[in-house]
Amino acid sequence: MATSVKIKNLSVFIGKHFKALDDVNLVLPVGKTIGVIGPSGAGKTTLIRCIVGGLHISQGEIKIFGKHAGSPELREQLSYMTQELSVYPDLTVMENLRYFVTMAGKSKKSADEIINGVLTDVDMTNRAKNLVRNLSTGQKQRVSLAIALIGHPKLMVLDEPTVGLDPVLRDKLWKLFARLARGGTTLIVTSHTMDEAERCDDLVLIRDGKVIAHSTPGELRKQTKSKTVEESFLKLVGDKE
Amino acid sequence: MSIVKTLATSRRVFNQLFHDPRTIAMMFIVPPVLLTIMKYVFQDQTKVFDNIAPMLLGVFPLTMMFLITSIVTLRERTSGTLDRLMTMPMSKFDFIFGYAIVFGFLGFLQALITGFVMFSLLGVNVAAGFLPTIVAAVITALLGTSLGLFLSAFASSEFQAIQYMPAFIFPQLLTCGLFVARENMAEPLQWFSNVMPLTYSVDAMKQVTNNVDWTSALTGDLVVVGIFVIGALILGSITIRRQE
Repeated sequence: MATSVKIKNLSVFIGKHFKALDDVNLVLPVGKTIGVIGPSGAGKTTLIRCIVGGLHISQGEIKIFGKHAGSPELREQLSYMTQELSVYPDLTVMENLRYFVTMAGKSKKSADEIINGVLTDVDMTNRAKNLVRNLSTGQKQRVSLAIALIGHPKLMVLDEPTVGLDPVLRDKLWKLFARLARGGTTLIVTSHTMDEAERCDDLVLIRDGKVIAHSTPGELRKQTKSKTVEESFLKLVGDKE
Repeated sequence: MSIVKTLATSRRVFNQLFHDPRTIAMMFIVPPVLLTIMKYVFQDQTKVFDNIAPMLLGVFPLTMMFLITSIVTLRERTSGTLDRLMTMPMSKFDFIFGYAIVFGFLGFLQALITGFVMFSLLGVNVAAGFLPTIVAAVITALLGTSLGLFLSAFASSEFQAIQYMPAFIFPQLLTCGLFVARENMAEPLQWFSNVMPLTYSVDAMKQVTNNVDWTSALTGDLVVVGIFVIGALILGSITIRRQE
């Protein structure tokens, strides 16, 4: 199976003493929705910030499509949706998208097509001319996601993309993630809610900076003789304590 | 660096400001109002005001541009937009120079409007006339912009960014020769003022106040300020980190 992300002996210190990630080893497949699941403070955001090259790695290495994380060549192949909204509230939805399309290196000719496509994907076509600051939190979240969708990146790294969204929209977005993955995009999605874990093709369960399991949801349930991923997680945590 | 991306960044910042007309209005109204207040503070001392006004024409845009740019770029750093941009195929220079173009242009407009008020409504007499005075004021506004862009890198909150004003700009204001001739200050303060950019901005304003012609000293002062502007922009680009 082709590999998108390969992480070897990764450790990250925040400050001098706090070990945010502790000897993480992972091999992630291509064209799958990979859920990085764990409670708040588990190290999910630290892990994905290392993957997008935004955080200095104290020990170990990360390779994405064979290149070191943070390499300039990777900037056209990946997109990153941060936990903060990371959109400009004092611009319209359209102005935000137009700016990020240019920054992604896409041509002016293709801009309208790209923008219409991503607006349709996140169901925001009718809000294109609205100022972002006048939108609801969920709508802002969708604008942020639309930016991450620009240009069909090979790897999408999404930090808690469904926080604050209503169940209907969450369902819609997870279906979009599945469709993107079927098209060959690799999606790394963090979440702290276990019901979302069931929707992933591949799961990385993380706690206190350590990976406690890496498997498909089905295998995980089977291994732990559980009915749900949440139950599996609790059993795994119980085993470690 | 890409011209397309730099200009796209400038257009984006312009659009942001366009949606915030109150900020624009304050940027253009506050300096002329302050200058008008100063005129009436010195209402029986026309000569004193004639000497001070050109220097204030330099100082007001500098302080305002410094504050605005440091807060605006800090907002980029704290809202996640800069993090997102730094994962994209964009040069750090595109970001910094995109901002510099916008605030340089706004500084130019601000100096132009304040200069117009100073010359035509307040009737200030400046030996060198309108053009050299405005050139010196615009370069000083650019200095404020570039210093704001550079120093915002060292602030992690808006409170800190605002405090760079008393910490970094005020010492320069006190020692640049605006209040007391530099040669009358204690020697260590003279050394300090020799290496600070505002000294040369204020000196340029003194040159236009006292000389009818464009002097070589004026050129020298503006070149020094220009070097500081370029230096601060380059340092501002370097201090943007793709990786923490």
